[in-house]
Amino acid sequence: MTFEDIKALLSDQFPDFITGEDPESTPAALLVKSDRIRTICQWLRDHEQLHFDMLSCLTGIDNGEDTNTMELVYNLYSIPFDHHLMLKTQVDRNKPHLPSVTSVWQTANWHEREAFDLLGIKFSGHPDLRRILLPDDWEGHPLRKDYKHQEYYHGVKVEY
Amino acid sequence: MAVQYQYHPDHLTKSEPLKYTSDELKVGEMILNIGPQHPSTHGVLRLEVITDGEVIRDVVSHMGYLHRCFEKHAEALPYNQIIPYVDRMDYMAAMNSEHAYAMGVERMLGISDKIPKRVEYIRVLVAELNRIASHFVAIGTYGLDIGAVTPFLWMMRDREHLMRLLEWVCGARMLYNYIWIGGLFYDLPVGFEERCTDFINYLKPKLTHLENLLISNKIFIDRTAKVGTLDLDLAINYGITGPMLRGSGLRFDLRKVDGYSVYPELEFNVPIGEGKMGEVGDCWDRTWVRMQECHESVKIIEQCLRQLSSDHKRTRSFDPREVVPKKIRPKAQDFYVRAENPKGELGYFFRADGRSEIPFRCKARACSFVNLSVLPEISRGHLLADLIAIVGSLDLVMGEVDR
Repeated sequence: MTFEDIKALLSDQFPDFITGEDPESTPAALLVKSDRIRTICQWLRDHEQLHFDMLSCLTGIDNGEDTNTMELVYNLYSIPFDHHLMLKTQVDRNKPHLPSVTSVWQTANWHEREAFDLLGIKFSGHPDLRRILLPDDWEGHPLRKDYKHQEYYHGVKVEY
Repeated sequence: MAVQYQYHPDHLTKSEPLKYTSDELKVGEMILNIGPQHPSTHGVLRLEVITDGEVIRDVVSHMGYLHRCFEKHAEALPYNQIIPYVDRMDYMAAMNSEHAYAMGVERMLGISDKIPKRVEYIRVLVAELNRIASHFVAIGTYGLDIGAVTPFLWMMRDREHLMRLLEWVCGARMLYNYIWIGGLFYDLPVGFEERCTDFINYLKPKLTHLENLLISNKIFIDRTAKVGTLDLDLAINYGITGPMLRGSGLRFDLRKVDGYSVYPELEFNVPIGEGKMGEVGDCWDRTWVRMQECHESVKIIEQCLRQLSSDHKRTRSFDPREVVPKKIRPKAQDFYVRAENPKGELGYFFRADGRSEIPFRCKARACSFVNLSVLPEISRGHLLADLIAIVGSLDLVMGEVDR
């Protein structure tokens, strides 16, 4: 199944949720509305012809203060049909908030915790949204473009 | 002199608090802390175990003790200078990680079909040598975890030969920086093909010995069969890949599925778990799959060596850096690349902005990180001693979990 077929199926089902496409990226990407991501993912996983049963990767990106957006990139893969899809969605940088897809794929649990830890994106409906790589009392989210690290952590100078 | 660390009793509970509080426990349950410096956690993994007597009710992993900010570093470094950082993620299989990374950047630049065949064969050769070394550590330390010391020593002895071979190729024992974007650091040293053939001939009977010594040992089977069984549906839902997924009975290997590099030209099988000693997807199956993969890697290495000494022989004019780009500046795009590492699917997500030689974002999808997340599911209801067997069978490298 090609990207065009997947796009046609998805836009038939959810005509209002797709905001654009990016055929330049590899695999080809669809831009979707962030507040509908869980519905879309659930449908993509359960559809008979698509059956995206694996979430390969989930990446959070901070686009910086100029655009004032953050992006979430979902790399989906279907093991039985061997097709790929990239879903991209944008959230407001000042209030990054979107539904969690942990109920669709358990892989998302830790990937979303990582995005929360490093970028401060909040996922509603996540069962256990805690920091994962950094200590709990670390200040700030390091992968934000305007991140400044704290001066001292437990009395140890952070700058070396 | 700068003040080092000012101790305060709150620090531990503030920085790494437990998930469970004592109020949430039922009668008879307790919280047991394992790690982070426990030898059987294979690095610095801390496990918060809720036990009822000796039966495990839940396991919570705490990690990040080896977090070295790979993704933050990658936002400040040119593509070619990220390779040494890539080495340090999965330090047991640095060649495989480099191969995946170099392949991704080459595809972004559109030069992947210009890479000479000899370079591709050398890449596959060193990656498969490293795969055997990684599986040896996985199986050897797994035996050590559950009480078998001798196989570990045998495997370290044979891994030492592999380390020496790779050291001869690129000068370093573990962290190579050998596979460059567009080529290699150097060609193979003169005489490597012959020496490597000797080693493979030495290794082949040794693999059978090791299999007899550990994998089909009665005590080993008793400790691992029907322990930590991972169902296939659950494995896919958790995104498990590599020998763990194949141990659960799915013939899924990216070397076959994606057919990258020269793998389509090579003949090898993909072993899967069959539940020979218990159930499909138990700890024994996972270890058995790793052992069989060593045999398959030996096959691949033999074919590579044959190619490297016949069709793609060393010539005086051969330059492994021929297509190494002077400036690495991919056009603006999002790119996801994946490859089969010894531990599973290693993926890199790149966002290039088209203006600079530095990636705007480079995320590593680490296989150990994803594989570790299934631990609570497969250890609930088992005894505490089995937890050690289950953690060992995941084949974790904390450098990759924490990045």
